[in-house]
Amino acid sequence: MAESLKFHFDVDGDNFTSAGAASVEVKRKLRQLGFPAEVIRRVSIAMYEGEINMVVHARGGVADVYVEPNCITIVLADQGPGIPDIDLAMQEGYSTAPDNIRALGFGAGMGLPNMKRYTDEMKIDTVLKKGTTVTMKVYI
Amino acid sequence: MKIREIATLLDAEVLCGEQMLEEEVQNACGSDMMSDVLAYVKDQGVLVTGLVNSQVIRTAMMMDMHCVVFVRNKRPSPEMVELAKENHIALLASESRMYEACGKLYQHGLGSEGC
Ligand SMILES: Nc1ncnc2c1ncn2[C@@H]1O[C@H](COP(=O)(O)OP(=O)(O)OP(=O)(O)O)[C@@H](O)[C@H]1O
Ligand SMILES: [Mg+2]
Repeated sequence: MAESLKFHFDVDGDNFTSAGAASVEVKRKLRQLGFPAEVIRRVSIAMYEGEINMVVHARGGVADVYVEPNCITIVLADQGPGIPDIDLAMQEGYSTAPDNIRALGFGAGMGLPNMKRYTDEMKIDTVLKKGTTVTMKVYI
Repeated sequence: MKIREIATLLDAEVLCGEQMLEEEVQNACGSDMMSDVLAYVKDQGVLVTGLVNSQVIRTAMMMDMHCVVFVRNKRPSPEMVELAKENHIALLASESRMYEACGKLYQHGLGSEGC
């Protein structure tokens, strides 16, 4: 793979059932491109957590994935409520998810810490009432 | 342990993935919280859960799992079964409760490394 590839997805905020479909698609594409299994797993788990967050906390958004031979970059952008305290949100176990989300198997407050753990770089840009952009990089 | 042995031990119905029954899995993980499952990147082959929605299948896919066991006689929707088929994940449904199902599998040598 000589040049870089770009994938774009709209993440529907009204449909919990389809949440994660973009991450599944990215996983499939990275497999076709022949990346190591461990890299694919880290990228797809981090993106999946971020995608679920957009659906659960921010009414959806857009996902862009840039694939280069030695780096995969995931950019998740939403126009949701923003994150008031990033340090707090990054703590394991901190969650504002309501009970109906918990009943669906999410809301353990593990998503952001997981995303950080599985990627080499993670940056959160957030503005209250305007939205949040999470940028993650995994080096190969 | 073979997926077939899991089905036998838990007296489970095979909902899809019959062609995978001879596959070996090394360890398993039991949880209704998908974010907890996602927190541990290890080669867990099997997810035992009482939660039924399409995110269970996607979580298993993200973790490269081969088999999902639904306990307490929970039944996935046809869409979930389709998603699992497309992605080579065997689905089993058992009447056992979570504790009992995990206990039986553990007792018969299916470990929990990384869970
Ligand atoms: N895109 C987002 N927009 C607004 N708030 C967010 C966003 N992502 C995360 N948050 C806030 O940060 C908190 C922690 O997020 P994190 O992903 O760690 O946990 P969670 O989504 O609540 O639960 P889990 O990820 O374990 O299912 C969330 O509860 C929410 O308050
Ligand atoms: Mg989350």
